[in-house]
Amino acid sequence: MLCQECQNHQATLHFTKIVNGKKEEMHLCDECARDKGEHIPGSNSYSIHELLSGLLNFEQLSSNNSFKSSRASAPEQLVCEQCGLTYNQFAKTGRFGCGHCYKAFDVKLDPILKRVHSGNYRHAGKIPKRAGGKMQVQKQIDNLREQLQNSIEQEEFEEAAQLRDQIRELEGTMRGGEGDA
Amino acid sequence: MSHEHFISKAISPWMKSGPGPDGDIVLSTRVRLARNLENYPFPIVASNDAAEALLETVSKEFSNTSFSSVGPLELLKLNDFSSNEKKVLVEKHLISPHLAENAYYGGVLLSEDESVSIMLNEEDHIRMQSLFRGFQLDEGLSFSNELDDWMEERVTYAFDEKRGFLTSCPTNVGTGMRASVMMHLPALVMTQQLNRILPAINQLGLVVRGIYGEGSEAQGNLFQISNQMTLGKSEEDIIDDLKGVVTQVIQQERSAREALMRSSKIQMEDKVFRSYGLLKNSRVMESKEATKRLSDVRLGIDLDLITGISGNILNELMILTQPGFLQQYAGEELTADERDVRRAALIRERMQIEMQNEE
Repeated sequence: MLCQECQNHQATLHFTKIVNGKKEEMHLCDECARDKGEHIPGSNSYSIHELLSGLLNFEQLSSNNSFKSSRASAPEQLVCEQCGLTYNQFAKTGRFGCGHCYKAFDVKLDPILKRVHSGNYRHAGKIPKRAGGKMQVQKQIDNLREQLQNSIEQEEFEEAAQLRDQIRELEGTMRGGEGDA
Repeated sequence: MSHEHFISKAISPWMKSGPGPDGDIVLSTRVRLARNLENYPFPIVASNDAAEALLETVSKEFSNTSFSSVGPLELLKLNDFSSNEKKVLVEKHLISPHLAENAYYGGVLLSEDESVSIMLNEEDHIRMQSLFRGFQLDEGLSFSNELDDWMEERVTYAFDEKRGFLTSCPTNVGTGMRASVMMHLPALVMTQQLNRILPAINQLGLVVRGIYGEGSEAQGNLFQISNQMTLGKSEEDIIDDLKGVVTQVIQQERSAREALMRSSKIQMEDKVFRSYGLLKNSRVMESKEATKRLSDVRLGIDLDLITGISGNILNELMILTQPGFLQQYAGEELTADERDVRRAALIRERMQIEMQNEE
């Protein structure tokens, strides 16, 4: 099969992209994949190649797959600002440096996690009581803020004032609730 | 040293009260939770100072505290132990090989009955495991949940709404839970059915390993079945899936045992009693042979072919005859040949004591 981009070289990368439930099949040669990866507008600015290399690196480690990615990764480099670990270091070792790495590398993690956890990338289990309690209140506050924004836009100021008071109250409980557990 | 008993006794007190539910096939159930603290680097990248600080922080909170039914927890700092003592702790499953070999400032909090072991500075800051006799996944989960809540009252976990409990390795993120069931499956091995069952188990997101965990070889027909996936399912669902598969495997093993007894009773008896005789009389025994013979005798006991000795002695011998334990007993380093002689002597001795007790 020829590369669907250049129609010149053999397509060596075949993958299916699913965006918002829409399936799109891609057949690219190495070169085009690299180029395309870095220049698709709105593709979260990460390169397909780097993503794949990360996955391959990762796979190599976890299952001793003999598949080797020979090219160096893309120049753009994610770094965890808390522990200093780079995404490449993570891809090499398959280990995060700290909890914040999950946020720092977030844009790249979904495919990796899906791979490791049979297609899942979101937590569906236990929420710790303490950290989780705050989280639930935070969620409520976020919701109310959204409603507040709406009511201001629609000039329903009475409702907006009520919402504002509710938000303040919740924020108060969050601050006050920090001490006890 | 006050932690002497953790090193000197092969059999953990929690195992002593005899086999648990489905104890003819399931030796034990283990639930392990991986947790990390907020704002500390994970052990793998932590500097010595950071690792030490973590160990100090956690041990300050928990050392000599008591948790519910298991009572006080005692802190062992691994730097205080010789490499052979650490080996013994691994052989007893109280710590992982990784903690024994790689960890800087590694520690473990142990309950007196050794059913709870909380490793510190392993791959993650905290790895708490609780052990149960026989097949008790539900009990394991609810106990682990309580232990987890109790710990969370004192330290703040690294948790993220989207990814769950954050762990050093992405294979543990989410629930951080690995539940495993240790099974003795001689009949499925003998009838070569296990080779057909294993791939099916893998397809269900579960893994089968040897008794010393990841990468270890299956010995003595003992297999650990555990969940592979930790993200995207609730703890309860993961446990239910595992429970379903283990229940199936138990049934398969039982019917294979029955079929073997129907079709080749005399050969089964021969196999079992031959191994029994070897254990009672050998003068030199390699570790591999010991685990194999012990497996045969365990099967003999479970099939009521051998009476008068308890399954407990087999659990004890399985651990006592490991290299670390043999050396600990001898008080010196032993060559492989010396170990084989001591192993045979130890097994003979134990078997004799057991038979005298019976009379």
